[in-house]
Amino acid sequence: MTRNVAIVGTGHSKFGNRYDVNIAELAWEAIKQALEEAGVEQKDVEFVSFSNVGGWSSEGLASVVTLEYAGLTGAELYRVEAACASGSAAIKAAHDAIASGQADIAMAIGVEKMNESPTPTVIEFIGRAGNFFWEFQNFGLTFPGYYALYATRYLAEYGATEEDLCRVAVKNHYYASVNPKAQFQMPITVEKCMKSRYIAWPLKLFDCSPITDGAAAVVLASEEMAKKLTDSPVWIESIGVSSGTSNLSRRDDFLHLEAGTIAANRAYKKAGLSRDDIVRHVDVAEVHDCFTIAEILAYEDLGFAKRGEGYQLIRNEETYKGGKIPVNLSGGLKAKGHPLGATGISMAVDLTRQLQGRVEKERQADIKVGRALAHNIGGTGHYAYVTLYSLSKPRR
Amino acid sequence: MSNQREQADMFLKQMESFANEMKKAIGLPIIPEPKSGAQLWYDQREITLKFLISVEKIKKFFHEGLAQGKLLATRCKKCGRIFFPPQVDCPYCKTSDMEWIELPKEGELVTYTIITTRPYSFGHYPDYTVGVVKLKNGVQVTAWIRETDPKKLRVGMPVKLEIVKREPEGYLTYEFVPVEEE
Ligand SMILES: [Zn+2]
Repeated sequence: MTRNVAIVGTGHSKFGNRYDVNIAELAWEAIKQALEEAGVEQKDVEFVSFSNVGGWSSEGLASVVTLEYAGLTGAELYRVEAACASGSAAIKAAHDAIASGQADIAMAIGVEKMNESPTPTVIEFIGRAGNFFWEFQNFGLTFPGYYALYATRYLAEYGATEEDLCRVAVKNHYYASVNPKAQFQMPITVEKCMKSRYIAWPLKLFDCSPITDGAAAVVLASEEMAKKLTDSPVWIESIGVSSGTSNLSRRDDFLHLEAGTIAANRAYKKAGLSRDDIVRHVDVAEVHDCFTIAEILAYEDLGFAKRGEGYQLIRNEETYKGGKIPVNLSGGLKAKGHPLGATGISMAVDLTRQLQGRVEKERQADIKVGRALAHNIGGTGHYAYVTLYSLSKPRR
Repeated sequence: MSNQREQADMFLKQMESFANEMKKAIGLPIIPEPKSGAQLWYDQREITLKFLISVEKIKKFFHEGLAQGKLLATRCKKCGRIFFPPQVDCPYCKTSDMEWIELPKEGELVTYTIITTRPYSFGHYPDYTVGVVKLKNGVQVTAWIRETDPKKLRVGMPVKLEIVKREPEGYLTYEFVPVEEE
């Protein structure tokens, strides 16, 4: 027996350089908001999955430090790690606790305080998020470097250009500029992006997501509990998960992320959807655009575009609001910011608010079918989560 | 012009001397963050990360491979699968009956990137190119490519494996060199 699970409360901190708060204070901004939206007290929360990658920040057990600060000590607690997809993993864990009847109210909390370390140290830690001994030790790959391997091959194979990559950055910076929670508040142009310096050729500064501090939280509830708590639940319709090899040399090609493709297919199958016409069944999507190339790969892995045609979607502005499938109306990782542990939960928060029609007017998608999609990748296709959120209660 | 590692060291040194002055002045290592002015505690503890990684089971890779100018992989005697990076267990056959084989030196460049913003522990090198190469027998290997001009690199170009000494550390590793094309 599995039970339906709904999001009944959301919380989101301001993303950016948050030197004004420590990690627990930052997390509390999101936790407080989520508890208040849900109308529940800490004692009602039976289960917490906590998403924090860490390494660059001082608290080794940010989970217990945060729960103590937030008055949640005593809840059943797990810290989950799926690199940049840790937040989605936390949602999956909390979802499963409720779906299986082990809890009626659970929270997924994600926080990252990346600016506690100098930038070269942060680059080092993320660079090690692949295969340390065979990729990093001798060859010093960086996170932009891993995705640049995909970008080089993609551009060479399909004739997409560096300008196409910059077009993704331009879109996401625009939406960030109308999202007060986003790290970057200024729109950019293709020219500005093209003139920025190379970080890992062919990726430039404006192709890359920034180093970000931020927190996000959701309160999840069983169907019975959700009915008591809210008139406007957002249901977790399905979650598809997969994984990829640590060594990129063991990937078949550098044109798609297999884990992302499999995760999408699994999520669609559970929801009874087909990837062939998925864009007709989704109003708005948040996809994992840690780098501009990653958003284009996501279009194809999710079935928004055919293989080799993803760049045409952005070239034709079909992923803007009002287009074929609006993507990253929050500003995405690229411009809203990418505090690793918080990112997947931030996607859930923003899509919940999108479905409920309560984000800023300039970035509010038209909600017609009442379904949103989150695509969250850990590392370079090492972990992949695709989650469908819906205004309609799933049939079990 | 100092390298990226020296710049990072310098940045922390400046913060440290600032924190030391604050300790003298007010007895606390609290400094304002330059842009926001937010008060920051300058960590008074420090560790060095240095791992001791077992290569006991793959020691042939180093002593009979790199030290003899060869790049070795393992092959499962039962199913014939080749493993690079080498594995001493075949998870598919659940056997440890493996043999060491030398990999061919010729291959073609599958993809590449030129790393300009470097991790702390690579901050002392000039820009370097990392590529994935498909060797003649189909095995793919990640390594540095000895060319950092994007105009002289292209997907599909022929490259050749060399065992080299990585300086300034002075240890054996492998990299690829572009092959002159006719
Ligand atoms: Zn075998």
